[in-house]
Amino acid sequence: MGALVAGACLLVVRPAQATPEELVVALRETFGDRSIRKGRVKLELPRLAENGNVVPTMVSVESPMTEQDYVRAIHIFSEKNPLPRILEMRLGPHNGRAVVSARIRMATTQQVLAVAEMSDGTLWSAAVDIDVTVSSCT
Amino acid sequence: MTSRIGPARVRVPEQAKKGDIVEIRTMVEHPNESGFRHDNMGRPIPRHIVTSFSCTYNGKEVFSATLHPAVSTNPYMTFHLRAVETGDLVFTWKDDQGGITTATQKLAVV
Repeated sequence: MGALVAGACLLVVRPAQATPEELVVALRETFGDRSIRKGRVKLELPRLAENGNVVPTMVSVESPMTEQDYVRAIHIFSEKNPLPRILEMRLGPHNGRAVVSARIRMATTQQVLAVAEMSDGTLWSAAVDIDVTVSSCT
Repeated sequence: MTSRIGPARVRVPEQAKKGDIVEIRTMVEHPNESGFRHDNMGRPIPRHIVTSFSCTYNGKEVFSATLHPAVSTNPYMTFHLRAVETGDLVFTWKDDQGGITTATQKLAVV
């Protein structure tokens, strides 16, 4: 309960921030000038991570996963870890369902971004705020 | 420090009906040292991470991943797969020091 309250406070006092430069660069390197739209992607993380070393993360993408229309890749990015890239997963119609999960590290309270690259080349995304009480990386 | 990779653990349903979509769970034991930590003396601990993972189904690649230092110790990933025919799933993990681990699991399609 105490931790929950602390998490809520962090969320309130956290200033609004522009996307850090490293993340912008990583997104440009990966996707070029293509626009990244919001939607079709669901990113599930705990809202409060007591331990930043192991954060269970699930990404699901709305897609029929047919030969004509499927998810080609799912990328997970960090806003404030030492490196912006976390994980890239490549899929295809043979996966049947575009639902993946992993366990990742969070250095600090921040926003996590998932981007799905579709077979038609369009990019869809979801972002989630996470409060981290005990950092990884130290 | 000696290079250590594996063993790996995978969970695949023993059998599935043709066309079923099954969940595949994978994990490899690995320190996945990020390279951003320091020991008690303040010396940096060198990076040692799993960098790639792939899964083939009867020889055809059906899932692959590129991993960065922000993946947790003992990298764990799950994904889905459409059961098409009985065959072997071969899982391969590689790390940045030449370490490699593979695991094979049979999926029976009825």
